[in-house]
Amino acid sequence: MNHEEWKAKLDTYLDGELPSAEAQELDAHLRECLACAAEALRRMQWKKAIKSAGERYINVGGNLPYAKRALHKEGWKSTRGWADWTIQPGRRWLAAAAALAAVLFVAGITTHRDRMRDARNNQLLSELVDLHVVTLASANQVDVVSSDRHTVKPWFAGKVPFAFDLPDLKDSPFELIGGRVSYLDQSPGAELLVRVRKHEISVFIFTAQSLPADLNLSGLVDAKSFQLESFEKNGLRYFVIGDVPAEDIHQLAERMKT
Amino acid sequence: MCVSTERPSAMFEELALPLAARLYNFAHWLTQNRDEAEDLVQETYAKALKGFPSFELGTNFKAWIFRILRNTFLNSRTGLKAATVPLDLENEDPALPVEQETPETILLSRDSRELLQSAIEELPVPYREVLLLCEVEEMSYQEIAGAVGIPIGTVMSRLSRARRQLRQTVESKLQRRSVQ
Repeated sequence: MNHEEWKAKLDTYLDGELPSAEAQELDAHLRECLACAAEALRRMQWKKAIKSAGERYINVGGNLPYAKRALHKEGWKSTRGWADWTIQPGRRWLAAAAALAAVLFVAGITTHRDRMRDARNNQLLSELVDLHVVTLASANQVDVVSSDRHTVKPWFAGKVPFAFDLPDLKDSPFELIGGRVSYLDQSPGAELLVRVRKHEISVFIFTAQSLPADLNLSGLVDAKSFQLESFEKNGLRYFVIGDVPAEDIHQLAERMKT
Repeated sequence: MCVSTERPSAMFEELALPLAARLYNFAHWLTQNRDEAEDLVQETYAKALKGFPSFELGTNFKAWIFRILRNTFLNSRTGLKAATVPLDLENEDPALPVEQETPETILLSRDSRELLQSAIEELPVPYREVLLLCEVEEMSYQEIAGAVGIPIGTVMSRLSRARRQLRQTVESKLQRRSVQ
């Protein structure tokens, strides 16, 4: 089956409606074909966005009264009593409920904060993976094409609000392909594309202050089958990401730190 | 087996009431009007309660009650108007691929939820309903076919066209926005 035939089946696959044998074939194809994997990722984002937008009225007002009114009209008598549905605690429970609410409020704030931080980290991870995949799938992967760091680094002057060190990659398995300006959360940054054994790795550089203060991406992270290592240096946050073994990512990250 | 005996009240309550918010959401998307959506949900519940003794146990209650809502809508004044909107030939190219260049990244990064919502509103009702049942209600093609009363092949072609049209609308809205 060729690319176009696979792509025509992507929506059915993502809807979980493709027969299992074909789904397994497509699974295998997606592991090998970067272009189809990028397309699948785009369509997954699309589905997610539609679901979120489509739940627009799910919390509009209290929905239950409409159902109750209709059932009352039909002479409906609830087997539980309507009070169960309207959640009205009796007076003697008020003090206990208030105390419980206070505990839950404090716990809720902590949980909410942790959840928000995790959500922000996950969102950032997803965006970085997306940026990397979009670069790989792009016909023009970089805007400055050069393996010479003395050409690539000056190209970013005036395009990003910072300067960064670009180490010499000679005598290493890595080869600089070039760079482009990238955006994360509407902040401009540098993206360097580096090749190792026919695989491409993106190195994203952004100012640390443009990212969430409680960002927790230290060390190696396995994100959607991509490996990512992040570190901070001279007020800049570096993200090294690719679908290569973790050792390669770590080795390149160590090079970038020097 | 029908539920004409053995405490249908408790069973109906268990099955129907948790779906109130989802039915209202779907009703609002169909009618695009809060009052009409409330009326539609009320009427749906009343009809479902009356018809519950004939509901066959073991079949999909969610698809059944969504079908009641959808049929009730189609018989309303707004629904009758919506049903007269002509669609393209439905049985042609059932598995149309969507365009490769897509606006998802822009859509997500610019937080354009409202833009997407207005694009969904612009879809003809037959496309809007299958899209929402698939993406929001996460129904299978079989369940959608049951809820809407169309063959599975038509579900697939409408879904494909709905996605394509939605994407085109979002793209043109983004283009207009960038020009302004």
